[in-house]
Amino acid sequence: MPIRPATADAPEVVEAPPSTASRATRLLGGACLLALATLLVFAFVLTNPDERVDEATNLVTGQSDAVRLLYVHAPVAIVAYVAFSVTALGGVMVLWKQSTWWDITAASSAEVGVLFSGLTLVTGSIWGRPIWNTWWEWGDVRLMTTLMLFLIFVGYLAYRRTITDTRVRARRSAVVGIIGAINIPIVYKSVEWWENRTLHQQSSLTDGKLEDLTLLALMFGMVVFLAIYVWLMVHRFRIGWLEHQAETSGLSAAIAERRSQADDAVRAAVGDTGPDHGNAP
Amino acid sequence: MTHLGYLIAGWGISLGAIGLYATSLLRRGRTLSARVPADRRRWMTTDD
Repeated sequence: MPIRPATADAPEVVEAPPSTASRATRLLGGACLLALATLLVFAFVLTNPDERVDEATNLVTGQSDAVRLLYVHAPVAIVAYVAFSVTALGGVMVLWKQSTWWDITAASSAEVGVLFSGLTLVTGSIWGRPIWNTWWEWGDVRLMTTLMLFLIFVGYLAYRRTITDTRVRARRSAVVGIIGAINIPIVYKSVEWWENRTLHQQSSLTDGKLEDLTLLALMFGMVVFLAIYVWLMVHRFRIGWLEHQAETSGLSAAIAERRSQADDAVRAAVGDTGPDHGNAP
Repeated sequence: MTHLGYLIAGWGISLGAIGLYATSLLRRGRTLSARVPADRRRWMTTDD
């Protein structure tokens, strides 16, 4: 943020930034890029392909190099859950406190969450082709519940655009966001609740079957994509804040102009009616 | 390396989409900043 130094005539002024970037976001962005490069080294160089040899048959099983897709697929899925949870939390806070700050946070997180849940679907599909021999399985509960989650929040964003009154929009979309987030635990638990109706494996993190380096790469991937989520959120929030300010400043200007016109009209009317009417109480 | 095409597609689409979205956010931010008066560009203050 540029700082205009104090002079004899004017005190020191911190000028408003000309964009949504700040020193902190630049630092975070740089750290994200470095961390992402490190994650790529983990995913493609340091970790081994998933190959297990069956001692009885001497057959090689496992996902081979396709496992390297999970270092992006699992983290973006977790970030999508986090993003939609933040939207639901924002919705609760909007209904409780009628807070514009939380409304913008909820909407921003929904938009970023839609990106990440879309990437979850795409990377899952790309991973499924070599492993399951199919791009998509319509009867699979994990895939379908994830698709539903994605579509609910696409609908949330579309619904927000249909309402112009900011307070009505905040309240109604808060309810949609909270209801939509109910789907998150259903998506997460679907592989356990309906284990016979999914090709998807159960949680790799909790079954304890991962090698140390694979687990480390997965956990590091989650940290990296969470940091990217934070960077995107900060910028998206600031855009939402600017949009809100543009809306309200535009409205304030319109109200001021209308009042000025009304005052002119009253003055003109008083002038037209002459001094007798003009002095009437 | 096996499944190289799938790996490139999966990672490429993910990083590409995030990069494009990040770029679009920066552009939207610059455009909007020009439309909003400087005294209203404070992120953490609110009138509510």
